[in-house]
Amino acid sequence: MAYKTPVTGGGAMSDVKAPNTATNYTTVVGLEVHVQLLTRTKLFCGCVNKFNPTQPNVQTCPVCLGLPGSLPVMNRHAFELALKTGLALNCHIPPLTKWDRKQYYYPDLPKGYQISQYDLPFSSEGWLEIVADPKAPETRRIGIIRAHLEEDAGKNFHDETGRGGESLIDLNRAGTPLLEIVTKPDIRSAAEAHAFLDELKLLLTYLEVSDCNMQEGSLRCDANVNLHITSDGGRVATPIVEIKNLNSFRGVEQAIDYEARRQFDVWQETGKKFGEVAKETRGWDADRGVTFGQRGKEEASDYRYFPDPDLVPVTIADSWREEIRAGLSEFPAAKRHRFETAHHLSHYDASVIVAQGRMFADYFERVVAACGDPKQAANWVTQDVLREMKERQLAIETFPLSADVLGALLQRIVSRKITTNSGRIVFAALLEQSAAGKPLAVDNVDAIIAEKSVAITSGADELTPIIDAVLAANAKIVADVKGGKQQAIGALIGQVMKQTKGADPQVVRELVQSRIAAL
Amino acid sequence: MSLLDATASQLLDAIAARKSSAVSVATAFLNQIAAHDARIGAFLHVDREGALKQAAQVDEKLRARQPLGKLAGLPIAIKDVVCTRGLPTTCGSRSLQKFVPPYDAELIRRLRTADAVILGKTNMDEFAMGSSTENSAFQITRNPWDTERTPGGSSGGSAAAVAAAMAPFAIGSDTGGSIRQPAAFCGVVGMKPTYGRVSRYGLVAFASSLDQLGPFATDVAGAAALLEVIAGHDPRDSTSVDHPVPDYRRTLERPLSPLRIGLASEHFAEGLDAEVAASVRRAADVYRSFGAEIVDVTLPHSKYGVAAYYLIAPSEAASNLARYDGVHYGHRAEKFDGLIDMYATSRGEAFGPEVKRRIMLGNYALSAGYYDAYYLKALKVRRLIRQDFDRAFEKCDVLLSPVTPTPAFKVGELVNDPLAMYLSDIYTLSANLAGLPGISLPGGQSSTGLPIGIQLLGPPFAEETLLRAARMFERETPWHTKRPSLAVAP
Repeated sequence: MAYKTPVTGGGAMSDVKAPNTATNYTTVVGLEVHVQLLTRTKLFCGCVNKFNPTQPNVQTCPVCLGLPGSLPVMNRHAFELALKTGLALNCHIPPLTKWDRKQYYYPDLPKGYQISQYDLPFSSEGWLEIVADPKAPETRRIGIIRAHLEEDAGKNFHDETGRGGESLIDLNRAGTPLLEIVTKPDIRSAAEAHAFLDELKLLLTYLEVSDCNMQEGSLRCDANVNLHITSDGGRVATPIVEIKNLNSFRGVEQAIDYEARRQFDVWQETGKKFGEVAKETRGWDADRGVTFGQRGKEEASDYRYFPDPDLVPVTIADSWREEIRAGLSEFPAAKRHRFETAHHLSHYDASVIVAQGRMFADYFERVVAACGDPKQAANWVTQDVLREMKERQLAIETFPLSADVLGALLQRIVSRKITTNSGRIVFAALLEQSAAGKPLAVDNVDAIIAEKSVAITSGADELTPIIDAVLAANAKIVADVKGGKQQAIGALIGQVMKQTKGADPQVVRELVQSRIAAL
Repeated sequence: MSLLDATASQLLDAIAARKSSAVSVATAFLNQIAAHDARIGAFLHVDREGALKQAAQVDEKLRARQPLGKLAGLPIAIKDVVCTRGLPTTCGSRSLQKFVPPYDAELIRRLRTADAVILGKTNMDEFAMGSSTENSAFQITRNPWDTERTPGGSSGGSAAAVAAAMAPFAIGSDTGGSIRQPAAFCGVVGMKPTYGRVSRYGLVAFASSLDQLGPFATDVAGAAALLEVIAGHDPRDSTSVDHPVPDYRRTLERPLSPLRIGLASEHFAEGLDAEVAASVRRAADVYRSFGAEIVDVTLPHSKYGVAAYYLIAPSEAASNLARYDGVHYGHRAEKFDGLIDMYATSRGEAFGPEVKRRIMLGNYALSAGYYDAYYLKALKVRRLIRQDFDRAFEKCDVLLSPVTPTPAFKVGELVNDPLAMYLSDIYTLSANLAGLPGISLPGGQSSTGLPIGIQLLGPPFAEETLLRAARMFERETPWHTKRPSLAVAP
């Protein structure tokens, strides 16, 4: 649902009401999203940036190992991808940005500091528009506090047998470019957090900034959650809790829902308000569906940030910024809007198509271009194509019917050469041919139409003898029709259709009527 | 001519003319090391085998008439702060005792391309923190002029090696004076180039915004020859500057005319040894005798230099040294209780007191709540110091100053007085804060026979001017020809 006013409970799953008081709450959420960038190489060295869990420490060099004497050099492509994102998130891009060292000790951090951006990130003060529910097309603007670029750490592997074996470190990931995007606490429910992440992921994949693959850790998320409770006419806020390391969108949604209920219970029990206790860090146990307390943040951190003297500040000239802006592809939101206005699609159809990714949306547009009927194209791609893709576990890039072939098929329907039902028969036959290993071309469409004899035969010369035979064989029904029982004509039309295969039903109906009238 | 007494240029000529083989040159210096280094302690690691192999390759190239690099066959000593592939690089620290880099520093790559022969790695104050080379975890280095005295630091091993004729030239690093001060103490030429002139790739960082590699030699021409090879842009060092490298040796003998020599009143402060002050004033007279104009300039913020330096350098050092955590490199404690204790115990065991002092200073200065008052303020002072120099260089071409407040002090004399030790950098560290080039050259001798250095400072990338000005002085004075008795071949 789209949010208009604070709702009782935090969302679909958190309709919590205190048993004896009329108490409402609003769930308030801010997200911190880490996104791995799709660069060829790491952020500060020439090592390949690739997920490679099976061969630890092979994608390393003196720089990302933090060897004494090594120095970082900024990857310009990574910075440009970051700028793309900042622009797409409607952020302010300053003329100058710099690199800072965030200092802490951890075995997966070889230098003892992470190169990040502290007080002068490359972008700030932006927003992303989301639609929490595609069936109720009301947009919400979620504020972006900042987005900055930093290097990722490696990975630690601990002995989980509990026998105190050695811990291992893999530095393949160390130094890969990571974008951190921090939202304002503008999100008002777990479902809305999910919708935000969906839209963000879609945007980043459209921009080809990231593949946002959560299994490989390309997108990671922390959620800051608290409640605004309306109680006895007043409003109180509960202490903020940060839920760390959420590794699926569903997990984000469930964790926020759980946390909202938990915070409400705790508030009822203790009455503790925001500011009265320190910010707490909790983890999410997806198996048990609960959040759990982790070591407090205050123990960990004085990060002693300072400008990295090994790197020079980055000057972002207007010309560079505008060059990147000009090179941006169409954003998902803009594409949806264009599909609704230029192609007259419903918001729902436009959302479904755009949500499948840029390749799918491009496919749709090529089908439209080939058949000339956006509505027809939308119906086919959202129903038949998606269904077959799912069944065959195919991406649109590998779908057997190219946009040209499907476009040609739909063009035959649009120009009334075949019926929609016949179209489905041809569609299935094309898929069968492809399964038999035959590459498909536009010619195959007409070949199958011919082979299956599904072309609409609309000529009166051909149809009249058939109709007359049917009328002669069904004198009783003809009499009924003549007697005013108009619906009885359907049975006659059905029989004619059966004998003609691909006849145009409208033409048949008109001819049957005129032949009966002439009797 | 004795090979050990020869200047770098003479050796280059002798090798190129095939009057001396590279192997015989390398052997002479290796033998000098073998004969004297037990007393001096200049080297942490001598690569006799590797050096002779490199020398033999040079001889082979000569025989085959293949093109030769600019330093063909010239032996060189490298401060143990520069990464050398396959050779230990300890930084004088227990934490890197077993570290053998898998890669060469850009400087080493350039030296190898120039066909220089690497003799070995020289002693230094741990992570270049110190002014006496007494802070090495492994050994102290003694001044060849008086073995009761320190050679200065932190590049004391390189300076002593050149002074004791164990190498015709050497590489040092200068973060607050660590090339120029030991050069002055040991009576050799030492130069800190402009920040960004020489790549820092492979130089183990002490304070990244101040560190710069530079040459030691027995004379100005040797320093010029070496600088020519090591200077230049390196895309692997973001702070390296893409600025053309002049042919320093070609212009070296051309006197500068007109020449304006600046003297800053702040450079003749309280605590300056009278003999050192007299040497600087006599040097000014020498320049005046060439027709140079002597101008008085002022550097009003220089009095804050030491304070700013000892905030900025330790802050960067604390961060740069975080990587020596016992997880990836060097020393790990044998006994510890959990991760935090492993860090604390390993680092506690691995670092000496001066390094620990600076790590604590730096972390304090960068802590939340103190950053603005200390680190940020120090950066502002740094800008003011640079402005002072910019204004001074509107009135003069080079500044003439002392290098050190006193000639070489005794071993153990200042080791328990960190503040007095820090003040021995008072005339050198401003150039690091401002990123300017400076050269230290022999300019006199004390009544007790110790070398006294003089310093010339110039605007950014004025290395050519500094070398020519230094050469003008050198040609007219005998100081660079003086050698400690020890350095004479047995």
